[in-house]
Amino acid sequence: MEIFGIPLQAMLGQLLLGLVNGSFYAMLSLGLAVIFGLLNVINFAHGTLYMMGAFAAWMGLTYFGLNYWVMLVLAPLLIGLFGIIIERTMLRWLYKLDHLYGLLLTFGITLLLEGLFRSFYGVSGQPYVVPEALSGATNLGFMILPNYRAWVVLASLVACLTSWFVIERTRLGAYLRAGTENPKLVEAFGINVPMMVTLTFGFGAALAAFAGVLAAPIIQVSPLMGSNLIIVVFAVVVIGGMGSILGSIVTGLGLGVIEGLTRVFYPEASSTVVFVIMAIVLMIRPAGLFGKEK
Amino acid sequence: MKLKTITLAVSAALALGIGASASAQISNDTIKIGFISDMSGLYSDIDGPGGAEAIKMAIADMGGAINGKKIELLTVDHQNKADIAASKAREWVDQQGVDMIIGGTNSATALATAKVMAEKKKPYLAIGPGSARLTNEECSPYTVHYAYDTVALAKGTGSAVVKQGGKTWFFLTADYAFGASLESDTAKVVKAAGGTVLGSVKHPLSASDFSSFLLQAQASKAQILGLANAGGDTINSIKAANEFGITKTMKMAGLLMFINDVHALGLNATQNMYLTDSWYWDQSPESRKWAKRFFEKMKRMPSSLQAADYSVAYQYLQAVKAIGSDDADKVMAKLRATKFNDMYVKNGQLRPDGRVVHDMYLMQVKTPAESKTPWDYLKVAQVIPGDQAFTTKAESACALWK
Repeated sequence: MEIFGIPLQAMLGQLLLGLVNGSFYAMLSLGLAVIFGLLNVINFAHGTLYMMGAFAAWMGLTYFGLNYWVMLVLAPLLIGLFGIIIERTMLRWLYKLDHLYGLLLTFGITLLLEGLFRSFYGVSGQPYVVPEALSGATNLGFMILPNYRAWVVLASLVACLTSWFVIERTRLGAYLRAGTENPKLVEAFGINVPMMVTLTFGFGAALAAFAGVLAAPIIQVSPLMGSNLIIVVFAVVVIGGMGSILGSIVTGLGLGVIEGLTRVFYPEASSTVVFVIMAIVLMIRPAGLFGKEK
Repeated sequence: MKLKTITLAVSAALALGIGASASAQISNDTIKIGFISDMSGLYSDIDGPGGAEAIKMAIADMGGAINGKKIELLTVDHQNKADIAASKAREWVDQQGVDMIIGGTNSATALATAKVMAEKKKPYLAIGPGSARLTNEECSPYTVHYAYDTVALAKGTGSAVVKQGGKTWFFLTADYAFGASLESDTAKVVKAAGGTVLGSVKHPLSASDFSSFLLQAQASKAQILGLANAGGDTINSIKAANEFGITKTMKMAGLLMFINDVHALGLNATQNMYLTDSWYWDQSPESRKWAKRFFEKMKRMPSSLQAADYSVAYQYLQAVKAIGSDDADKVMAKLRATKFNDMYVKNGQLRPDGRVVHDMYLMQVKTPAESKTPWDYLKVAQVIPGDQAFTTKAESACALWK
């Protein structure tokens, strides 16, 4: 059986690979959407936090002998703490100003950190081996899927759905959402809104680092890995609707699949297809697929 | 007595006059070298800041000045964008009085810069770009292609792999000028040696994931996967090919690989691969000595491009010194008449089409057991004599070499 001249088996394989890449888009755009939704900050440093997560995993293994599983927990905590420091010392002075200031600040942080890593480690990057428990591959009949890639999809789905559940379905999430709608009133009820905002930024940063650790064994751990991805992730957030949690998860996975299919039918366009979709979506639904018109 | 004074005065004036006219030969009283390369992107390890450092070493070896005229180096990051490279070249020549530009990595930027430099009639000495179009269809009397090109890579690695039984090929190609040149040049060599090309897939520069392209390659059932890309793209292709077990059914041929790529991937992932290069740090006593100097500054071993950056700057400055002028046409004439010899090149010669002919090396990556010291990665499998390594007169489409 063939679809547009591509054997069905090959097609299934490509769909699955699209889903793997989509998992990264989903995790990163989720973090961005949470930060934008609750803090109104366009966090351009998100790609850098992702890169730092991968580097943290690599450094943990190389300098301290900490294995993948330890770093999968430790790296998000460390980078989350780093995010909290950034929020406390720099970002919080900008909330009253235009979005543009937050974007400029985080963009500056990106240039600074990326430059530092580049001067220490160069751009070719460092290799990180797949953890032993997940090495090897499974023959699915239509393709040979490395076990590690399957784990990536699983881990990212769990991370995404848990985040969505906490924000949309729990009391803590309700406080968060209320705090962003009307901080004064929520504070009057005795809830520490600035603390919640800080923790939210820390959580977004931790999520990016988590994605970074997941990515480390797949691609070379390189200072450029964040900036190669961040623009696409922004497009995902815009398509999903700025600030929409579910929107960013669904759009991330969906665009990963579409991009994967483009790699088969017209590979030259695979780096631009996301932006073409963004332009079309913005023309039809300016608030994004899942966004609310204000 | 009086006569003597007059003679002295006249000869002094003459001497001064000669001195003045000689110094007028160095435009703006400085020798300005421009270096346009990828200073921060995926190609910045193989050239980039290390390349700039190598050029500075050449300037230092000339004493920083020629006949009292200072040598200056300007650098810019072209960000892999042809328009940035071309407009910077124009600005440098028009406004800054740059005398010569050394071209860093990325063929698209190089082809654009070469056009500007041909129009401005200033030497363009290309090191990093691979596309053989620079000395073929688009050759110019001011373009020098110094280190390597896609034809040499194809003839080196391509024919070696076919000879060892790799008859059917599939290409994974970077989607821009360099990838296209490398693919077509290699395909020619493969077909001429009796092999066949089963297909190719073009990927965008700095692609984030290669697995999907690799599955397409695997589906072709070709024996050889030809990687017509470079830098970070090659690294991530090889990494994904290992992960997906592509290496079990296909053999990879990295058509443009540098020591930095081997270093980044490690010997386990790259052992026994062939690559063609113009220089290796451990090839001679002079090269080792220079590499040690470079290592002290950059904390990594130089790539062939960085060594060539040094060499081309050094040879250019020697030519300027020999004729006491930085006039473009005079320097080009001097370069054409010179045999280049230094730690990078032996008996290199500049052809009318702009190609510098020198020996190339087919290298094989050592196994982890063979590698004794850090950066001990390659062994020479075969020396390819210069006259066999590059485009021949019969194959050339350059109008200047007919």
